Amino acid sequence: MRIILLFLLSAACALAEGIKPAIVYDFGGKFDRSFNQSASEGVARFTRETGIAFRDFEVTNATQRVQVMRQFARHGYNFIVAVGFSQASAVEQVAPEFPDVRFVIIDGNVDLPNVESVNFREQESSFLCGMAAALSSKTGKIGFVGGMDIPLIRKFALGYEAGARHVNPKIEVFENMTGSTPSAWNDPTRGAELAKSQFGRGADVVFHAAGGTGMGVMQAAQDAGLLSIGCDSNQDYIHPGSVLTSALKRVDVAVYRAATAARNGSWVHGHVTFGLAEDGVGYSLDEYNRAILTPAIEKRLEDAKRDIVAGRVAVPEYRE
Amino acid sequence: MSAERAAPSLRWLEALVLPLANLVLALLLSGLIIRLIGESPLAAFRLMLSGAFGSQEALGYTLYYATNFIFTGLAVAVAFHAGLFNIGAEGQAYIGGLGAGLVCLGLGSLPFWLVAPLAIVAAALFGAGWALVPAWLQARRGSHIVITTIMFNFLASALMTWLLVNILIKPGQQSPETREFAPGTWLPSAHDLLARIGLSFAPSPLNLAFALAIAASALVWLVIWRTRWGYALRVAGKNAAAARYAGISPARVTIAAMLLSGALAGGLGLNELMGAEHRILLDFPGGAGFVGIAVALMGRNNPVGIVISAILFGALYQGGSELSFDMPHVNRDTVVVIQGLVILFCGALENVLKRPLSRLWSR
Repeated sequence: MRIILLFLLSAACALAEGIKPAIVYDFGGKFDRSFNQSASEGVARFTRETGIAFRDFEVTNATQRVQVMRQFARHGYNFIVAVGFSQASAVEQVAPEFPDVRFVIIDGNVDLPNVESVNFREQESSFLCGMAAALSSKTGKIGFVGGMDIPLIRKFALGYEAGARHVNPKIEVFENMTGSTPSAWNDPTRGAELAKSQFGRGADVVFHAAGGTGMGVMQAAQDAGLLSIGCDSNQDYIHPGSVLTSALKRVDVAVYRAATAARNGSWVHGHVTFGLAEDGVGYSLDEYNRAILTPAIEKRLEDAKRDIVAGRVAVPEYRE
Repeated sequence: MSAERAAPSLRWLEALVLPLANLVLALLLSGLIIRLIGESPLAAFRLMLSGAFGSQEALGYTLYYATNFIFTGLAVAVAFHAGLFNIGAEGQAYIGGLGAGLVCLGLGSLPFWLVAPLAIVAAALFGAGWALVPAWLQARRGSHIVITTIMFNFLASALMTWLLVNILIKPGQQSPETREFAPGTWLPSAHDLLARIGLSFAPSPLNLAFALAIAASALVWLVIWRTRWGYALRVAGKNAAAARYAGISPARVTIAAMLLSGALAGGLGLNELMGAEHRILLDFPGGAGFVGIAVALMGRNNPVGIVISAILFGALYQGGSELSFDMPHVNRDTVVVIQGLVILFCGALENVLKRPLSRLWSR
């Protein structure tokens, strides 16, 4: 009897040992209602379905990234997700020290045999949102409010503008970045001011790619009776009838998929890119924006989506 | 005032017992908060303590953080002795690091003994240069240094973002960071240095910059208390009118003190970039410039006090990150609350206990 119990116990342990996952969130924190939170939703879904809990950590300074990844690896965590491009160099440093640990870097590129790099073609969802904005605009002027001025956000801006011009070559696009420090991700007051100044110049749709700052952008659009476009997570519900759509970036899908693959033993290292074709990016359509994202617009967007996936429409990508 | 100065036991009380009592108060209140969150305060403090000093690696991280705080604490203290409140150590450290980083990027092929002094000089020059404009505006135009140095923090961060995003970025990556410095320019880490003399030490980011920080502390002590120039600085800081009467130009002292202050802040860049990260990256000072204000306050603007309080803050940083790692209910915001309470009690409320304590002592 005891032997059977022992056997069962060890089998259970072996099963549990299959994957011991951990996740390192970036400065924004687990509950940023945007990028990091999307990752945490993927974690929550994985835990709900498998009963395997993730350990997590929110970093507060750059040195902690390496430190905490090492610590997780040393404590026997064998699957570590690093959220955000700024963690790439930390993964690059720690991964070679622990060849048996599987690492996933979101929004970054690391070429190592135990790292999976997950990137998104944000320009594709931004392109569709730019089209939606141009199709909804009555003034022929639209706006963009970015968070911190970094390549990633320029990628959004470029796709957005290209999408708008795809519909209306003569459209005017106002572009503002909130700031040059990480606090630009969390400055809703300034976000609202930038949106208002763009409205003042005649814009009637504004797209934000600015994390927490975007809350102010969307509020300003709601107050002015104009339209805004959300980012990363589906934000249509925040101001129903004023948020035209949201540029979705399915970090949750990426995290969930990688964790599931690691659990099933089908995880492989290398580079994965999520675009429209993989349903990794897209635009949102639900009961909150059904009334403003008309079927005519939806049809145009779906057509464009098919064209982009098939390669008939080229979406420009921001390069250095 | 003069009576207190006369009693040596009271000075000793003020320098040692008072900060300790404040620290205990801050920790008691933090313990209460941890209890409310649902964790055991005793276990939490034990974790913090062992997380900060319990192993060689922990100690290495603690001293590594402390290195930053020594540099910025000294920067704030030097300005303070001249009667100036330098809130701009953050920006000066940021730009100082840029100087060191540019030398490492541009002259990486030179041997270490040549690059290292050049980088140190560049860090000091860049840091001092960033402090020069606010200093000049204060000295010659009377623009308040608190305001201008705060504004210069934002300017520094805008400039660095622009440089890193548009010019210095390593092509083909998302993250605004430069390429890695050539290994020949890295400041040797503590474990490498100790290995060379046959001692083994666990790997950590602790590096030669710690020794530089200690040397800088000694230098600051020498300059402020043992030179004529330091005397002029202290006189101008205590009473500008008296200084002018004595033939000291307060305006000149203001500029010189701020230059030294900025140069010291630049030392942070040596530790962070040449010692630990080996590349220029966004926001590497990470608020250490502001922590430096608390460090200087707690260390009573005295180099020995600053080193001790810098190590205390290093321990809070390192122990705090261990704490949030090991106790799932304690998140990073709780750790910030604990750090904030220590700053509040040791810095802002430092004189609350002074009277009752000295009364107790005289009894």
